Amino acid sequence: MSEPLLKARGLVKRYGRVTALDHADFDLMPGEILAVIGDNGAGKSSLIKAISGATVPDEGTITLEGREVSYTSPLQAREAGIECVYQTLALSPALSITDNMFCGRELRKPGIMGKWFGLLDQKAMEKFAREKLSDLGLMTIQNINQAVETLSGGQRQGVAVARAAAFGSKVIILDEPTAALGVKESRKVLDLIQDVRSRGTPVVLISHNMPHVFEVADRIHIHRLGRRLCVVDPKAISMSDAVALMTGAMKPEEVVAA
Amino acid sequence: MSDTPKPGGQDYEARLKTSATTLAEFDHAPRGVIGTIQHVLHANPTFVPVIVLVASIAVFGVIAGERFFSPFNLSLILQQVSIIGILAAAQTLIILTAGIDLSVAAIMVLMSVISGKLAVQFGVPAPIALLVSFAGGIAAGYLNGWLVTKIKLPPFIATLGTWNVFFALVLWLSGAQSIRGADIDATAPLLKFFGNTIQIGDARLTFGTILMILVFVALWYVLNKTAWGRHVYMIGDDKEAAELAGIRTDRTLRQVYMLAGFICALAAWASIGRVGSISPQSFYEGNLESITAVVIGGISLFGGRGSIMGALFGALIVGVFQSGLRLAGVDVLWQVFAIGWLIIIAVAIDQWIRKVSA
Repeated sequence: MSEPLLKARGLVKRYGRVTALDHADFDLMPGEILAVIGDNGAGKSSLIKAISGATVPDEGTITLEGREVSYTSPLQAREAGIECVYQTLALSPALSITDNMFCGRELRKPGIMGKWFGLLDQKAMEKFAREKLSDLGLMTIQNINQAVETLSGGQRQGVAVARAAAFGSKVIILDEPTAALGVKESRKVLDLIQDVRSRGTPVVLISHNMPHVFEVADRIHIHRLGRRLCVVDPKAISMSDAVALMTGAMKPEEVVAA
Repeated sequence: MSDTPKPGGQDYEARLKTSATTLAEFDHAPRGVIGTIQHVLHANPTFVPVIVLVASIAVFGVIAGERFFSPFNLSLILQQVSIIGILAAAQTLIILTAGIDLSVAAIMVLMSVISGKLAVQFGVPAPIALLVSFAGGIAAGYLNGWLVTKIKLPPFIATLGTWNVFFALVLWLSGAQSIRGADIDATAPLLKFFGNTIQIGDARLTFGTILMILVFVALWYVLNKTAWGRHVYMIGDDKEAAELAGIRTDRTLRQVYMLAGFICALAAWASIGRVGSISPQSFYEGNLESITAVVIGGISLFGGRGSIMGALFGALIVGVFQSGLRLAGVDVLWQVFAIGWLIIIAVAIDQWIRKVSA
């Protein structure tokens, strides 16, 4: 097997007396879709936050493309090419869809006005945002300049996913991307995930929706009690066995490992 | 890709191929007059202070008649609000980030005392004295920003503390003595630059008024047309989301406080021209007056919402009320009474507008 693109070893994160990550390992292979499943409180979100720079783990190492990295902010992780859609979406409700999509990497007008006076190229940003949302099938958004707070939950999720997919370069992490979406939007997000993989970018998908996980994932990372319990192949295991593993009803030895 | 439904999977999705692909369109039910007004105001929140400003000018025009409408009186209102207006611009920056700055007027008075002290009493060339005061304003703003971002103090507490610190420094540096206008004229007339006027007919525009308008135009550009300005709004809206979305929120916050401090130093220069002397006791209530202007201008104290121009209109509304009531022969105490109700009504209208969703 080739070398993992993104690798974590022995991650530990404690919040006071709560241990969210207990020597957790993580491997993401180039060009794969890796699903991360686990019970509530298993530490999935903590794992993702440590990988995407939102929190700094107390112990452990993270390696991206063979180089050890340590991020102190999501911005640094993003510059290194790790794009993340958080469960909270990280959108500013009072601002427009365009403003949110370009948050932190706005386009400036060419020429002196852009270079010296920082004038934003509103037209180009609106066009780009509109294209990305149409790609995702979010046709029910009528006005690209409407505030995010006027969108439905699913539309907001769509904007956040579109933001990550539009700029993501090396790794895209999606935390429950379909939880708030309708049938059509869920399908679009799943298609998008496969589309992203076909372009060679690996995707980490955290989800509770087993049919979605089993449909798109190449491998499934099962997280339990703050650490990686095992990694399984969705073609070699049934959904009910996966659920049994993540809830502790079954031991990994009882199933064939991937 | 997923054209063939997986066994036991999601074949109900097959119907999606024929789903609608056009943009959604809806018939809008008639809203009625009040509903329409509410929607227009929601889309353009700055309309409220503009309407209040126009209405109050009209009302006082009827009550006080000719004298109120004279170019002299209207330009006098502009003159009177210029200093509080500039402070309100600085205050707006802070309030947009969901903070509050109780120290703006104290920074201003401290910087006017510093530049006056240096130029008039120590014989430092006036341009250098002014540069020192600008640097001082930025440093004072940095102190506020540092307390808020590094020590994690709530802005209210941080600036309540620095307000007292700066005010004490003012009394110490000045020895509670004013610097007389005649002395400034003799040694450093540049300090009174913004007291100069342009006479247009009966109207007298001071340079201070022009400075105020320039400050507002510049800030409007920065807040609406640059990435930095959008980040200021995002931080005020939801700081954590802005952080996750990749904005260096603490750094931007410190820059906001420093810019506000610089604007306060500009106000200090303008205030010397406006007052004609440098008094450590002046503008003691400037902090609260700047907040009043911002609130009446429809800028949300919870951050992230409102236009900088609202603060300009807010300051003008206060000026129009004071001038109009005075010309109508109303006692000063009723002016204060009216401003109090104005604040309450402004915020109440704001809440009512926010109930609509686009």
